[in-house]
Amino acid sequence: MKFKAMTAVAALLFAPAAFAGGADDDTLIVNGDIEMTTKAPAPAHLDGALDEIISGWHFRSDETQQLQTDDFENQGMIFVDQAMDIWDTAEGSEGKACSDCHADPADSMAGVAATYPKWNEDAGELRTVQMQVNDCRVNRMGADAWKYDATDAVSMEAMIASHSRGMPVDVAIDGPVAEAWEKGKEIYYTRYGQLELACASCHEENYGNYIRADHLSQGQINGFPTYRLKNAKLNGAHSRFKGCIRDTRAETFSPGSDEFIALELYVKSRGNGLSVEGPSVRN
Amino acid sequence: MRLTAITAAVALVAGAAFAETVAPDDVVYGEYGEVNASLTGAPGDADNGRMVFSTKSKGNCVSCHAVAQLPDVPFQGEVGPELTWTGEARSAEELRGIVANAKHTFEGTVMPAFYKTSGFIRPGDGYTGKAPKGDLPPILSAQDVEDVVAFLLTLKEE
Ligand code: HEC
Ligand code: HEC
Repeated sequence: MKFKAMTAVAALLFAPAAFAGGADDDTLIVNGDIEMTTKAPAPAHLDGALDEIISGWHFRSDETQQLQTDDFENQGMIFVDQAMDIWDTAEGSEGKACSDCHADPADSMAGVAATYPKWNEDAGELRTVQMQVNDCRVNRMGADAWKYDATDAVSMEAMIASHSRGMPVDVAIDGPVAEAWEKGKEIYYTRYGQLELACASCHEENYGNYIRADHLSQGQINGFPTYRLKNAKLNGAHSRFKGCIRDTRAETFSPGSDEFIALELYVKSRGNGLSVEGPSVRN
Repeated sequence: MRLTAITAAVALVAGAAFAETVAPDDVVYGEYGEVNASLTGAPGDADNGRMVFSTKSKGNCVSCHAVAQLPDVPFQGEVGPELTWTGEARSAEELRGIVANAKHTFEGTVMPAFYKTSGFIRPGDGYTGKAPKGDLPPILSAQDVEDVVAFLLTLKEE
């Protein structure tokens, strides 16, 4: 008798969670101005894997979603402001600031976050935004390179991303980057660690489902860098990759490694068509 | 704390059974992924199995499976099927195989193998993200597997 009653109560308790699964239908407009495309048809290279691509924003609670709709509430914007100060500050042996070459980032940086990681012909390498910033720092300013995903580096990346907000992600996957893209794809589908889970196990096969208290999204990076309420700081995509691989009881790769650069390109290409949202807010 | 003490005592009493523990690499799986022989020879303890099932640092099964008989455990997952009924529909042999290595029963399943120590890609030292220092222990001990099986057998909708 007692047991039966308990089961009934439990069923009531769990029902809402079970039905809450999946992406919601809310609309993301930032500052009453920037209309974000948060759901889009999947790019052709995802044929057979996904029909629709969905921003991670849809899988967060209403309260968390709200924080991203207004720059005064989005704590990621504090870091954007800090990066703006750095933008104007001369550093290194050449006595130059970013602004000496690039003037106003609202013009010069528009569209950058939508197309990176990107092939750099002169260097013959695939570059992330952070790598490009470091190239400027070292070779044009005579300053030190920032550590990958360190505060200054992600803050600058967020500032640059903020000037592409609302533009569709559109990274190239062919030509000279094809090899790195294939490598990133292989990593995405490899079942790492003692739990033998791939990115795809959680973010392709199970998005919309709860894994304990976490509502699994598609693991898109159109919103990166992202301000997480959990650690109260801006987080780079590579740090997120590292955390997710660690959670499979695996030996991770490092932020800035060739593996994560390739994975960034591949994951970013899965979001081709979604708006750039960085800096986004997540829990 | 008390639970651990009891389990330890059981292990001591069952000294003979301990000697018969089947090593992860020696587990024999049947055609459908079932494992006929007990991994320890000692009977499973459903209470400890319930703890293993619900505890993050142990099986953490609840991160993927909801069980109505655990109303005090919050945030039950939905990556795997609800298991409220397993005691009615599954045998101990089938459940032992599924918990030890579900890939023999469900090809390609996302469910991790809890009693397996080899054949991983870049295994880590628990959740540290670093390479393991020595041999990798299975996620659950042989007796933990038997205990979880005993717990699953108690799950009946009636
Ligand atoms: C064991 C399950 C699991 C695996 C495996 C996993 N992740 Fe995640 N990931 C999560 C959870 C849980 C979250 C937090 C909720 C969410 O945003 O999906 C998350 C979040 C993310 C996010 C943040 C999304 C956002 O909108 O803020 C990215 C990006 C991501 N994962 C990428 C990856 C990549 C790439 C891999 C493989 C290298 C991977 N994940 C493997 C569970 C996993
Ligand atoms: C990362 C997710 C995950 C975790 C963790 C997990 N499972 Fe599963 N489990 C699954 C999935 C998914 C299935 C469904 C099998 C399939 O078709 O892939 C499953 C199937 C099962 C079944 C079979 C149900 C049936 O149809 O007979 C049992 C029993 C089970 N799990 C028990 C457990 C136990 C006990 C644990 C912890 C020791 C556990 N699971 C941990 C994902 C998980």
